[in-house]
Amino acid sequence: MLADVPWALEAVLKAAAVLAAFLTLPLALGQLEHKLMAHMQGRLGPMEAGPHGVLQLVADGIKFAQKEDITPAAADRPVFRLAPAVALVPYLVALAALPLGAAWVAVDVPASLLLVLAVTSVGVIGTLMAGWGSGNKYSLLGGLRAGAQLVSYELPLILAAASVAMAAGTLSLTGIVGQWSWWWLVWQAPAAVVFLAASVAELQRTPFDAPVADAEIVFGPLTEYTGLRFAFFLLAEYAGMVVMALLFTVLFLGGWRGPWADAGAGVVGVLWTLLKATGVGVLFLWLRVAWPRVREDQLQRLAWLVLIPVALLQLAVTGVGVVVWG
Amino acid sequence: MSGLDVLLLAVGLLTAGAATLSVTSRQVLHAALWLVVTLGGLAGCYLVLGAELVALVQLLVYVGAVVVLVLFALMLTRAGGVPVVTGVPQRVAAGLVGAGTTVVLGGALLSAFGWGSVAIDGGDSTQVAATIFGTDVWPFELLSVLLLMALVAAVAVARAPVGGQDDASQRPDPPAEIEAVQGERP
Repeated sequence: MLADVPWALEAVLKAAAVLAAFLTLPLALGQLEHKLMAHMQGRLGPMEAGPHGVLQLVADGIKFAQKEDITPAAADRPVFRLAPAVALVPYLVALAALPLGAAWVAVDVPASLLLVLAVTSVGVIGTLMAGWGSGNKYSLLGGLRAGAQLVSYELPLILAAASVAMAAGTLSLTGIVGQWSWWWLVWQAPAAVVFLAASVAELQRTPFDAPVADAEIVFGPLTEYTGLRFAFFLLAEYAGMVVMALLFTVLFLGGWRGPWADAGAGVVGVLWTLLKATGVGVLFLWLRVAWPRVREDQLQRLAWLVLIPVALLQLAVTGVGVVVWG
Repeated sequence: MSGLDVLLLAVGLLTAGAATLSVTSRQVLHAALWLVVTLGGLAGCYLVLGAELVALVQLLVYVGAVVVLVLFALMLTRAGGVPVVTGVPQRVAAGLVGAGTTVVLGGALLSAFGWGSVAIDGGDSTQVAATIFGTDVWPFELLSVLLLMALVAAVAVARAPVGGQDDASQRPDPPAEIEAVQGERP
C-alpha cells in the first residue's frame, strides 16, 4: 500500500498515526470506564458535556490545562518535573510496535514482543521518580509499594509471554498471530490468566492498586501533582491499559484472526483486533468495579506463591507440547 | 565515517557523560537515575552495533528490574536527602579500580581483534540462542547455579533471627494485633 511513498514521508505518516492512536484510544477507554462503571453501579455517569456526556474527558482536559502547575518547595525539582514524561513515553514506543493487523504495524521488528515488554518495564522508573521527587512521605510510601509490586509482577508477566513465544517459535508479534490457532485458547489458558493478573498489577489498577490506595496514602506517588503533569500520569495509566489490552489480544486471542478462515485480511482484521482488545479493556474496568483492594502482603503472596509457579508450570506444559506436536 | 559511526559515537558520548555524572553526583538518588541513562545508552550502543536481542535484554533486566531494585533499596534508607561525601583515598582507590578494569578490558579486546575494523555481525536471536544453549551451555548453567546460590543465601540471611540462633524462644513476640490479623499463619 505504501510501497511508492518515500521512506521519510512514510515514517512521518506512521509516527503521526501512532501519535493519533496514542491520544485517542486512552481517552475512548477512559470515557468507556466512566459510563460502564456508572451503569454497573446503577448510576448515569457524566451526562452534561456533549450528548450523553461523550465530551466529558475533553472538558476534563481543558480543566487540567487551566490548573496551576505546582512544584512543592521540598520537591527534588528536576526529578519531580521529569517523572510524568518518563512514565508516559514508554507506552508511546510500545504502541508503535504493536500490530493491529498483519500489515497494520508502525514498526515491525523481529523481536517486537521483547521490545514491548522491555519498554513498558521502563515506565515504573517514572512512578519511582514521582514517589521520590515529591518530597512527601505518602508519595515515598506509594513509590516503595509501586517498586515492590512491579518487580514482583514483572516476572510472571514475562514468563507468561515467554510461554506463548515458545509455542509460536518466534519473538515477533506478527509471527505469533501467524502461528496462532484456536486450541491455544485452552493450551495457553493458565498463561493468559497469569498475564491478565500481572498486567493489572503492572498498571496498578484495582484490585492491585495499593501504591495509590486513597484510603491509606492519599494518592501515592501522584499526591503532589497538579494540572497537566497529573493529566500526563493519568494518560500514562490509560495508555498502559490500551497497550496491555492489545498485547493480550495479540498473544492469547489471535489478534486479527476471525472465526472464519479469510476474515483476518485487511481492515476487517483490524476491526477484529480492536473488538477483542475492547473486550479485554472492559474486563480491566469490570475488575475495578467488582473487586476490593488487595492488601500489600496478600499482593506479594499472590505473585510469588501462585502466579510464578503457575507460569513455570505453563512453561513446562508448553515445552512438552512443542516437543510432542512440533 | 558512516552514519552508523557517527551514531555510535553520539550514543557512546551520551553513555560516558551519564556515567561520569552518575559517579560524581552528590545525591545518591540522582546517581541512580544517571545510572538509568547510562544503562539505557549502553542498550543504544548494542542496538547500533546490530545486537538487537542483547540491547532489549539490557533494557528489560537492568533498567526495568535492577535499577528499580536499587531505587527501592535507596528509598528504604535514610540516605535520601543527605549529600554523599567520600574521602580522597576512597576516590583514588575507585579511580584505580576503574582504570585497571579499562586497561584489562581494552587489552583483551585489542588482543582479540587488533586495531583493524570488524564488520558488524550482531546475529539474530536464533544464533544467540544456539550459542547460549549449545556452545556455551556449561558457563551459562554455572552462572545460573551461582545466581541461585546467591538467592538462597539471601533468603537464609533475611530469615535468620538476630544473633544467629534459630530458636523459637529467642524470637521477639509479635504485637497482639498482628497476631489477631494473621490468625494461625506460621
